[in-house]
Amino acid sequence: MMGPDRTYDTSRPAALELDGVSVGHGRHALVRHISFALASGEVMALIGPNGSGKTTILKTIAGQLAPLAGTIALGGRDLRTLPAATRARRLAALFTARPRTELLSCKDVVDAGRYPYTGRLGILSEADEACVRAAMEATGTWELRNRDFAHMSDGQRQRALIARSLSQDPDVLILDEPTSYLDIQAQLDMLRLLRERARARGMAVLCSLHEIDLASKAADRVICVHDGTASAAAAPDEAFTAARIEALYGLREAAYLPAFGSFEMDRREGAPRVFVIAGGTAGVDTFRALQRADIPFATGVLSPDDADGMLARSLAARAIFSEPFEPVGREQVERAREVLGRCEALICCVERFGTVNAANEGLLEFAKAHGIPCYRSAAHYLAHR
Amino acid sequence: MGRTEAHRTARTVDARAARAMVVCAALVAALALLALMSLCIGSASIELPDIWRLIAAGPASSTESCIIWDIRLPRIVTSILLGGALSLSGMLLQTFFNNPIADPFVLGISSGARFTVALTMIVVLGANGIMGPWMSVAAALTGSLATMALVLLIARRVRTQSMLIVAGVMVGYICSAATNFLIAFADDQSIVNLQNWSQGSFSGSRWSDAVLIAVFVVAALGVVLALSKPLGAYQLEETYARSVGVNVLALRLAIVLISSLLSACVVAFAGPVSFVGIAAPHIAKLLCGTSRPLLVTPACFLTGAVFCCGCDLIARTLFSPVELSVSAVTAVFGAPIVIALMLKRKGMR
Repeated sequence: MMGPDRTYDTSRPAALELDGVSVGHGRHALVRHISFALASGEVMALIGPNGSGKTTILKTIAGQLAPLAGTIALGGRDLRTLPAATRARRLAALFTARPRTELLSCKDVVDAGRYPYTGRLGILSEADEACVRAAMEATGTWELRNRDFAHMSDGQRQRALIARSLSQDPDVLILDEPTSYLDIQAQLDMLRLLRERARARGMAVLCSLHEIDLASKAADRVICVHDGTASAAAAPDEAFTAARIEALYGLREAAYLPAFGSFEMDRREGAPRVFVIAGGTAGVDTFRALQRADIPFATGVLSPDDADGMLARSLAARAIFSEPFEPVGREQVERAREVLGRCEALICCVERFGTVNAANEGLLEFAKAHGIPCYRSAAHYLAHR
Repeated sequence: MGRTEAHRTARTVDARAARAMVVCAALVAALALLALMSLCIGSASIELPDIWRLIAAGPASSTESCIIWDIRLPRIVTSILLGGALSLSGMLLQTFFNNPIADPFVLGISSGARFTVALTMIVVLGANGIMGPWMSVAAALTGSLATMALVLLIARRVRTQSMLIVAGVMVGYICSAATNFLIAFADDQSIVNLQNWSQGSFSGSRWSDAVLIAVFVVAALGVVLALSKPLGAYQLEETYARSVGVNVLALRLAIVLISSLLSACVVAFAGPVSFVGIAAPHIAKLLCGTSRPLLVTPACFLTGAVFCCGCDLIARTLFSPVELSVSAVTAVFGAPIVIALMLKRKGMR
């Protein structure tokens, strides 16, 4: 994994550099003062809610829209002075609009990527053919080359369109939501391919992504676009703190867990009705099931840093934690018993009690002694309620 | 291994080019056959050996020679050129609107041109002037460009493909109503001319017209072939075309001008001819098995030519001596193709 300190060759101009750029349709600026430099071989992701202007930024960089202010330089040359044909050899762009073709094969579509290199009539040379084939093999579309593009699945089409962009052999690749239409395996394959191309060929990639977890896995740096501003580019672990993500997406009734890269629905507040004994990852399913059933619950005694502990912090109405890496203490057990005594049921997700959570076994005994019904899982509890 | 694979790729590309060439050769043969039949069959039947003799001898003053040289040959040449023109115009408009059932007739462009030509005709003939071919073309071009501008304005507002077609048909109806209004109030002399022409017919074609048509149509065909590379990129979505360096604005302007000019030519010399612009490009694409512009454009032109030449032969001979309007015949063959296209694309937005 590349850290934020990764250094790039600074003797050459950045593959793409934005300086004080404002973008928008017509005169109204949607996002202002965007400045960043994208180095060769770097993968950068734009993150932000719908309508924040990610696509507008990408369209401006791709020359589809004129910048309202500032300069965009491609390999050190101002985009405005760059002829369209030269730009097309350096920069490929793929937006979310999908071509509706008729009687065109998959390879016909990929062939089009060689547009900036072919002659007057667009006939492909042997070198062009080799380039197209390499791009199709890299995306796993070579086997589909004779299929009618209109009859392929969304995922196959997306891969073919990525192949088209790769066959354009660009220094900078712009992708708008490249993982939409793809299933999870294909999303991961796609991002692996982009990273591999970036590393092996020095291609710079700038993409907008909906999925924060994918961005944190695939991007060297990310830019958050929000409320008409673009943040400075930062490594994902710096940019994706819970507070920033929650502010970025204006999250209400939901929370972001950086360690999992996941979003959780907000907790059900109120007096706990169920007490859950969990630990490790044993309680994750139960917590989520109770959350879906809209039942406020308490849990304990949990280690604060394992999966159950982190999830309980977002989902449990009341959670009792032990000290990190310490066995459960007597005082914490007392508090847990007090809460448990007011609950109508106990769910014990843990099957084995060891030295660290021995005290939790005492909670189970306590419940049995006081006639509180005990269940194995949320499903078990919900079925017998 | 790598080399054989590379060869195979090269072969598949060649195979498609070869298929397009075979299709074109077959279409040329069909065209020659139809042309010969059109020379032979008619109110005066002429035997094949006589045809060779008459053509070889050049224009002469005998009745048969006049029929061949002054009536049938120019009519055949005109129907071939205008059929190709309609097909090209349809292909361009389908690419422009990314809509398989766009053509100058459906979008009302032919009807717009027909209105301006009728208007010009009545004004000029009313002033005892003579309506030259240039004047007809100019009038038709004015009308088709004006209607095109109107359709484009509507197209900016409507987002669905079917609404665009409905809008085009409505524009067509308005223009037709206006033309019929003109005809109703025109004096007798003009009506004879107007009635014939306004239904769509290749009758009365002259060599002078044919030469003028040939100049326009061949030039347009050349430009379309030269534009096949950007047209191919444009087929794959406008934003994409722009991103690979196509000057989309210039390309769109060229498409509008050429398709308007082609349909203006047709209307000026034959009146509005329906459905060829939809049916012929579609048949050509199916025959060639591709829609790559460079491969399909020549076949597209030839299919339109065959379609019109054949339909004119039927229109002329089916109920001889009564002559049908060519639009009646093209509609019989063309409309089912349009319906089939609409059914195939029922998900059309």
